[in-house]
Amino acid sequence: MAKTEQAATCDAEATEQVGREKLRGFLQQMQLIRRFEERAAREYASGRISGFCHLYIGQEGVAVGALGALEPRDHVITAYRDHGHALLRGCTPRAVMAELMGKVTGAARGRGGSMHMFNPEQRFHGGHGIVGGHIPLATGFAFASAYEQRGDVTLCFFGEGAMNQGAFYESLNLASLWNLPAVYVIENNQYAMGTPLSRASAISDLAMKATAFGMEGEVVDGMDVTLVNACIARAAKRAREEHRPTLIEARCYRFRGHSMSDPAKYRTKDEVDERKAHDPITLATHTLLERKWASEDEVKGWDDEAKDAAADAAEFAADSPQPSLSDLGRYVYAEPLSWRLDDAMTPHVREEG
Amino acid sequence: MAKLSFREALNQAMDEEMARDERVFLMGEEVGHYDGAYKVSQGLLAKYGERRVVDTPITELSFAGVGIGASMVGLRPIIEMMTFNFCILALDQIWNNAAKMRLMSGGQYNVPIVFRGPNGAAHMLSAQHSQATENWFCNVPGLKVVSPATPGDGKGLLKAAIRDDDPVIFLESEIMYNDVGEVPDAEDHVLALGKAHVVREGKDVTLIGYSHGLKAVVAAAEALAKDGIDAEVIDLRTLRPLDMETIARSVRKTHRVVTVEEGWPFGGIGAELAYRIQHALFEYLDAPVTRVTQLDMPMPYAENLEAACLPNARDVIAAARAVSYRT
Repeated sequence: MAKTEQAATCDAEATEQVGREKLRGFLQQMQLIRRFEERAAREYASGRISGFCHLYIGQEGVAVGALGALEPRDHVITAYRDHGHALLRGCTPRAVMAELMGKVTGAARGRGGSMHMFNPEQRFHGGHGIVGGHIPLATGFAFASAYEQRGDVTLCFFGEGAMNQGAFYESLNLASLWNLPAVYVIENNQYAMGTPLSRASAISDLAMKATAFGMEGEVVDGMDVTLVNACIARAAKRAREEHRPTLIEARCYRFRGHSMSDPAKYRTKDEVDERKAHDPITLATHTLLERKWASEDEVKGWDDEAKDAAADAAEFAADSPQPSLSDLGRYVYAEPLSWRLDDAMTPHVREEG
Repeated sequence: MAKLSFREALNQAMDEEMARDERVFLMGEEVGHYDGAYKVSQGLLAKYGERRVVDTPITELSFAGVGIGASMVGLRPIIEMMTFNFCILALDQIWNNAAKMRLMSGGQYNVPIVFRGPNGAAHMLSAQHSQATENWFCNVPGLKVVSPATPGDGKGLLKAAIRDDDPVIFLESEIMYNDVGEVPDAEDHVLALGKAHVVREGKDVTLIGYSHGLKAVVAAAEALAKDGIDAEVIDLRTLRPLDMETIARSVRKTHRVVTVEEGWPFGGIGAELAYRIQHALFEYLDAPVTRVTQLDMPMPYAENLEAACLPNARDVIAAARAVSYRT
């Protein structure tokens, strides 16, 4: 089992393994996600974003470390807290922000919203809103890889709240039974909406559940991007070379509420402050500075770039058009729906205007 | 024309499509080593091996989802539900993932998957094993729903479903697997989805049915003919999308309609047909559209009670006479 205690810097051994260049890149990716999400929160508050909006702030180390261990051909899928994963897999800040604002330039042409970002060209398959419902899909991607003997790996993220769903148990059983190249990552941010793990799970050591499926399980400090990277690299190698799935519990924390409408009264300020002392961005920053792998000016410069990218995304999204009403009937089936006024299906077809 | 059983016709459809396209595979409970709970997949494991004929544990939710995932990345799965009663456990996957992936992604995915297996009542299987699920699936935009009435249609429609780029629910009848019928010899017998078939032409009343329910309809039409009522019989073949053109052509001629289904009435296929027909063809109707359905209750076990719940030819005849004002 990997080291779980947290430190003011990233784990020394894992940092060596990751190396200077990759860690510099990881910090920049985490900064981008953080600044993007902060901007999304502002846009939400201003009313330009509606619907549900679940921010990834605090958990950046998990997606950045994990996706940094993959090859471009590998598949990635996650739940509804998906902005960070999308940004890491080729959805531009502009496309993600435009999707949040329901614009046609969005990552799903304004049809998906916050919970449904997609970029199949870079093998990012969403963005899913039913808790645990995407875990069978991930297993299907891994099945297809095995079927076609392609050698690619599927990485599936979900929260600890999804782990009690039947879909989780059924899927992991199949993955182990059929020797599928899948890596299942529990992003344990401690709260399923407002319910702490202790009130939802009979056990607290979640990786233990791997034993029930005869697969490897591992716990990792999800606030340390280097440890996550090393852990996922091991699991991806196992999937690719030994065709064996792995279950990983990445222990992390979200600094914001479950969604924009959640004031998070179920936890204390002290608890949140204590966790913020182990902010994945702070850990990576301290590590880079301490090793002189980056200067303070550089870190500040990257942060400014991230803020600029988020601001540019917001401006682009706000200026983008909504989807055309004349395209309303597209994407339901392969053939667009064609509604006629004399068709009993739609008594309320409206002209665009 | 070859004479084949429904079971053989469906088997042939899968066999031909698997031979034609390496991406097609069959997955489900007992489809391989057991050769199919209803022997529809007989011989496919021996021919194609475990890679393409995949036995699953009893986990409908997950193997439905595995199929959907595989279809999103380029494969063309056929998922066998041992019966559609068990498919209820997989509804989240089918409704939330298969039916919505294209829209949610803004058109970035095809979901070329078929869920097939027996649907509806068989004989004395009681409440949990006798359900007609078609109207549930028909309620979901993004799905296509097919339910053939003859072996020939079964083969042609299943091949079309496998080649379709959208998710298709393919509902067979458990008590029709042994039915024998003519199946065209044509190398590539593929029927278009979304097209109804006029089984019998008539001028006095339109009787609309599908799948096993069509038997009662055809029997009723023959009896009505002896009584001087010339019924037109339409086999829907595809329940979603509905072929309203064929229905409208018939209604404009007969001015009277009876719909027949073996499912429950509330929000059923007949309810949808009646709405659409009255909305689009009100001025052509000489009588209210009447529907014949299963009784609105869970299926009891006893033979006489089950028979009383299911629609039969007598019910269809009575409904046809009623809309013809000849009671």
